[in-house]
Amino acid sequence: MNQLVIEAGRTERQYWRDLWRYRELFFFLAWRDFLVRYKQTVVGVSWSVIRPLLTMLILTVVFGKLGKMPSGGSPYPLLVLCGMLPWNFFSTAISDSGNSMVANSSLISKIYFPRLIIGVSSVITSFVDFLISALLMVGLMFWYRFVPPVSALLLPLFTLLAFGASVGIGLWIAALMVKYRDFRFIVPFIVQFGLYLSPVGFKSSIVPDRFRLLYSLNPMVGIIDGFRWSLLGAQNSLYLPALIISIIEVAVILISGVLYFRRTERTFADVI
Amino acid sequence: MSETAIVIENLGKRYVIGKQKQGVDGMSHILEGVIRSPGAWLKLRREGKLRQVDFWALRNVSLSMNQGEVVGIIGRNGAGKSTLLKLLSRITVPTEGRFRINGRTASLLEVGTGFHQELTGRENIFLNGAIMGMAHAEIAKKFDQIVDFSEIENFLDTPVKRYSSGMYVRLAFAVAAHLEPEVLIVDEVLAVGDAAFQKKCLGKMENIAQSGRTVLFVSHNMDAVRTLCQRAILFDGGEIRADGHVDTVVEDYFSRFSTSSGQQIRGAYGLAIEQVVLKNDGGQETRQFCPGEDLIIEITFDAQKCLEKPYFILAVRGQKGNCFTANMLLDGHRPKFLNGKGKISCRFKSIPLLPQRYMVQLAIKANNGIDVLMHYEDIGSFIVTADLATYGYKGEFQTRVSEATSVVIPYEWQLPDGTSATVSLSAPVSAI
Repeated sequence: MNQLVIEAGRTERQYWRDLWRYRELFFFLAWRDFLVRYKQTVVGVSWSVIRPLLTMLILTVVFGKLGKMPSGGSPYPLLVLCGMLPWNFFSTAISDSGNSMVANSSLISKIYFPRLIIGVSSVITSFVDFLISALLMVGLMFWYRFVPPVSALLLPLFTLLAFGASVGIGLWIAALMVKYRDFRFIVPFIVQFGLYLSPVGFKSSIVPDRFRLLYSLNPMVGIIDGFRWSLLGAQNSLYLPALIISIIEVAVILISGVLYFRRTERTFADVI
Repeated sequence: MSETAIVIENLGKRYVIGKQKQGVDGMSHILEGVIRSPGAWLKLRREGKLRQVDFWALRNVSLSMNQGEVVGIIGRNGAGKSTLLKLLSRITVPTEGRFRINGRTASLLEVGTGFHQELTGRENIFLNGAIMGMAHAEIAKKFDQIVDFSEIENFLDTPVKRYSSGMYVRLAFAVAAHLEPEVLIVDEVLAVGDAAFQKKCLGKMENIAQSGRTVLFVSHNMDAVRTLCQRAILFDGGEIRADGHVDTVVEDYFSRFSTSSGQQIRGAYGLAIEQVVLKNDGGQETRQFCPGEDLIIEITFDAQKCLEKPYFILAVRGQKGNCFTANMLLDGHRPKFLNGKGKISCRFKSIPLLPQRYMVQLAIKANNGIDVLMHYEDIGSFIVTADLATYGYKGEFQTRVSEATSVVIPYEWQLPDGTSATVSLSAPVSAI
């Protein structure tokens, strides 16, 4: 029979064991959020295709047609979509995951399970949306009769990077939001500005060379560039420093996010 | 099987009231303090005097429970019962001390937490099971039992937001009870369901206990505690006050409210109830009444600040709910002010009550009738004893009196053959 020992100030050891015991809950909560997200909607899951489709059209018109930004040879809608897929995933993931503790406050104050699961499962929900939106990409490639290069095989790597960034930042915000609801107002700003600060509607190569390194401090720059490079090919050449910066940043944010979350988690039920 | 299931050593939980409030208020508060007078703020901060009030919700609690025991946790509001359950269910972490639990724990602290309004009953069973730590396969195996127990098979595919509160509790309890935990923690949730279901739940809990598992049961319903538990633990002020056989501890709980326990009941704004005395017709202090006697409730209060025109609300509560009240919000009489020590009393004339145990509850509202000076608190208890013949009852099924409502008023039958029969209390008996 398993024995549980809880001692003031020493609850760490038990935690990781619990995380394993509750592993199915990651998917249950994600499944719940996904089911609920499209309940009582008419077109249902189609929203995860319609939304990016419309945004893509707008960004294509604004940046490609009106702004006359360079597309580097590939069709502009494809270029935009390559940026939008990771960006949409990232932005919905951090806002949902950031909100997740407060949204589930009744659970947190009444039932025990590792709270990390709530934050991560919101990211998983957004990831499912991401996969569905990716169908739009496949459709668009057929439409343009575009054959992705071999480098597309590296796409999972960049997806993983986007996932890591989402979990890391999501956990940071979630933990901070429990105590400081100010983040409820800050996150929409990040999402709104981020769309224009990240190379979603344009290629990052239009940024002047001397600012390029500075620009790359935004972790999404390396990730989005990676998506473009792997899916659209060599004319979207990979700016390596940006990718390296992204990887380091994601690693730091992810580890510190988990640590900070763990540190504050024990008081969630008292503060929320 | 009398291995220990739970061992608690010196468990304590401290809340820092001031600091926490600041956290919730957000940074603006901190900013405000810093901007107004940075020096003073820093000094305060360094000395740790920044509105930090320690509050021990639970302290020095040590106890152990054996497997197969059903333990009732009782005590008035704020006594630390819920904090103990929260610690044992690991929702919060202890400030000091430690505890050990052998085996899996399931806790049901509130009805339907973990349910999602938009999801159907079926979906919620799986979700809730997973939240409580059940594997998918395990839930699937017990699915039919859960549905059977909760009696909701016709509504399985209806979103739970359309459920009645009764269906809600049934489903919630069913999932928790079928987790087959080694330790089951239940907090006051049964208050919501109807009598039949309460009975069923108590039965289930008994089963769980008989199969060698441990149940911790918090309730204000002393009858439920008495039926279900052999052992009870009384909490007060975050500490254990009594621990032992359920009958003695429940008796202790009741007597604690009366006269000489020397304990105050605190309300808001420095108002406290110092003493409550129950008296009969003759002005004698007693906790035993006969039907038809007058019940006098005499309350000694202590108001540290002057409180203008408060409203007092007294309620007499039986096993089936409130019997009658004296409510200043309705009758409009109220003291001009409370200042310092004083007495207020109320006489209920010739109480028409069946032989049962009754609680007296008191709430006090501020002069706007809305702000609470004191939430409903149990301030006293008494029992009514009398032979059923006193009520004019001559039937063959007198044991059914336990199912009857507590208040009886005189009535008269007109039977088909034209005869009439009056049932009323025989002349008030002054004492037995």
